[in-house]
Amino acid sequence: MKKKFLWRISLIAIATILSVLFFLPSTSLVSSLPEWLKKYGITLGLDLQGGVHLVYEVDIDKTVDVTAERIASSLTNTFKEKKIEAKSEKQGLDIVISPDNDQVKKTVQEQFPNLSLDKQSEGKVFYTLNSTEINRIKNFAVDQALETIRNRVDQFGVAEPTIHRQATNEIVIQLPGVKDTKRAIDLVGKTALLQFKLLDDEAPIAAQLPGTVPPGGEENLLKQFAGQVPEDDEILFGRARNRETQIESKTVYLVRKQTLITGDFLTEARVNIDQRYNEPYVSISFDSTGAKLFEQVTANNVKKRLAIILDSNVYSAPVIQERIEGGHAQITGSFPMDEAKDLAIVLRSGSLPAPLKMLQNVTVGPSLGKDSIDAGIKAGLIGAILVIVFMIVYYKLSGVIADFALALNIVFLIGALSAFRATLTMPGIAGIILAIGMAVDSNVLMFERMRDELRLGKTPRAAIDSGYDKAFWTIFDSHVTTLITAVVLYEFGTGPIKGFAVTLGVGVFINLFTALIGTKTVFDLITSRREVKKLSI
Amino acid sequence: MIELIKNTKIDFMGKRFIALAFSAILTIIGLIAAVQVARGTANLGIDFAGGTAVQIKFNTRIMLHDVRKALEDGGIKDFDLQDLPTENKVLIRIKKSDSNIGELSKGIISVLSQKYSQGNVVVDSTTEIGPKVGGKLRKDALVAILVATLGILIYVAFRFQFRFGIGATIATFHDVLAVLGIFFIIGKEINLLLVTALLTIAGYSLTDTVVVFDRIRENLRTKFKKSTSEIVNQSINEVLSRTIVTSFTVFLTSLALFIFGGEVIHDFALAMILGIIVGTYSSIFVASPVVLMLGKDKAFGKK
Repeated sequence: MKKKFLWRISLIAIATILSVLFFLPSTSLVSSLPEWLKKYGITLGLDLQGGVHLVYEVDIDKTVDVTAERIASSLTNTFKEKKIEAKSEKQGLDIVISPDNDQVKKTVQEQFPNLSLDKQSEGKVFYTLNSTEINRIKNFAVDQALETIRNRVDQFGVAEPTIHRQATNEIVIQLPGVKDTKRAIDLVGKTALLQFKLLDDEAPIAAQLPGTVPPGGEENLLKQFAGQVPEDDEILFGRARNRETQIESKTVYLVRKQTLITGDFLTEARVNIDQRYNEPYVSISFDSTGAKLFEQVTANNVKKRLAIILDSNVYSAPVIQERIEGGHAQITGSFPMDEAKDLAIVLRSGSLPAPLKMLQNVTVGPSLGKDSIDAGIKAGLIGAILVIVFMIVYYKLSGVIADFALALNIVFLIGALSAFRATLTMPGIAGIILAIGMAVDSNVLMFERMRDELRLGKTPRAAIDSGYDKAFWTIFDSHVTTLITAVVLYEFGTGPIKGFAVTLGVGVFINLFTALIGTKTVFDLITSRREVKKLSI
Repeated sequence: MIELIKNTKIDFMGKRFIALAFSAILTIIGLIAAVQVARGTANLGIDFAGGTAVQIKFNTRIMLHDVRKALEDGGIKDFDLQDLPTENKVLIRIKKSDSNIGELSKGIISVLSQKYSQGNVVVDSTTEIGPKVGGKLRKDALVAILVATLGILIYVAFRFQFRFGIGATIATFHDVLAVLGIFFIIGKEINLLLVTALLTIAGYSLTDTVVVFDRIRENLRTKFKKSTSEIVNQSINEVLSRTIVTSFTVFLTSLALFIFGGEVIHDFALAMILGIIVGTYSSIFVASPVVLMLGKDKAFGKK
């Protein structure tokens, strides 16, 4: 007799031990655990522990556009070098070259074999990016954006970030536990295109422009001077703060559109402290190509002002005093330490290949998350105690057995979620509530059946067996229908709904196990030792 | 043994027409709510409608109209204010499908930080959803629910009979629509968390229905002499005790969540409480009558 349910007891024991083991990494014991175990455990979702969930769209069309532009200007340079009398320009996504001759076509073939000849007319030849090439450019842009963001996040220092691609051109970024959420968002989304451009102090309009405008006055100024700005120039702004009064304003710059050097040549960017004002600045170093370029630019433009621009913001525009060798420069500006650090990070990790457009931002502050967990645990405990007490009052000793099964159920569920390394969110907790409610229901179903059988005059032993048998299919059907729901929701649902489906699905599986093995084993144990005259139910 | 209910012989099926009239009203309200949700005119959460929501916690007492004035002076337009006075929190919502999301929340936070000193303003949460995402989330939720329902219909039809499948599906839809309708009428926000609550309710309602069906099936097999109507009645009475015990335990848990669970889960718990009441009612007064009306005394195949 004993042997019959020995395997069931050992099964329950093993499952319990495993559950506890898998859950241990989520407790404070984590540091003393062996390495292989550490990766398990339940992670709290962003809604519970606070953090940032961002979805960005990479503007891939823009990337293609920029690539076409670059090809056109690169071809113009090549023609110049080879002394070919030809002009290349970008029209839409086409690269149009005139005049149309074999020499031109040969050059294009050599330099950009991926360009396909579209048409020839009026002495012009039209090249276009073919669709495979466009797809490659787009794909590459998203991959590169992903890589750049990963770099930035790593350097920013987030415990367990999730950064992945979604659909063709969307990037999902999850930063759990981040405290300074605003800083994190700024860091991730910045294009970080570093450009060096000359100021145009000779244009007549330069003298008319005010030195500074108050913050928010940028648009008005642009409207006021629209039409007066020379074709090759643009008005940009920089942030300035008065050292004494701490009042912020925007410095106005008239900048030449032509980019002399970009951040592509950077090898290093780090934060230093200016001894005089005790203000941070970022020192940057160029690679050999960049250094040569920088030397050339500074040599040709002594006494002119060179603007250092990041994403259309002018950080500073120092006067070039002399030719600068060695490829080192400094970016100064009135920024606080955190911002200087972040600036260094984005410069080191490089610019994004295309601008990002924010599609979704869900930020939960750490305090709200903590409040939710505390309240959730309190409510859960109160709810559980109410149910436990009710079951004992209503079903007496059998109620105790049901409560035992319920406890097992919760232990297994936590264990299974830990083993799957699930992320627990608010909807996930809803799934658990549903699953546990169903566990209670399974016991109620069995007990009511047993009571029916007892009323018919059966012995406790017989009542237990037939009660189980009859309740089995009901429990099975209700669990399978719920399981169908869980699977479908997992397949078709997004985000929160998926979280709900996971805990529900796992919970339903475990219910079937404890309902059919857990409670039954206890009943069998009680009735096997001796002949039970009366069942406490 | 303690029994809440003993050998009841309530004629549930005799009252089915009154019940159906009541259910019809609930369902119609639910359908209206569903249409309004689809059209985007209901009180949709930011996650479905797109827009910006910022919840701010103040460390000192603040007046709602001061906040409103500060925001208006700061140039923030078309916003909704909602306060949780017990916790000194204010929820600012802007339902606008602005293409430039990311800027609005920054604006709100900086306006309030300037008005109330920086240390006084704690950002509890920020949600910004672009219009594209909102529409997609809405669509995904709908597709998931429809496919799940279809799956259940097929399983129940396979395990029982087709009419049972129909009954279970109608009852489940009835419950989801009823709770949605009530939320719509009392002006509660319809968001993704409510959708999870509705799914949970659908799960309970379904379990409840399957339990009743199981007993009907069993009795149809063993009691040939009685009419289906009698059998359905008897089956419901037999499982009534279980129905009430189970519903009561879930009700207890939901009540605990409602009272102690905190702001985030408050509406979820409310939906659950409503859902349990409606779900219990529907497996008796909706699912079974539908089965009864769809099939007239057809003998149940003996397996």
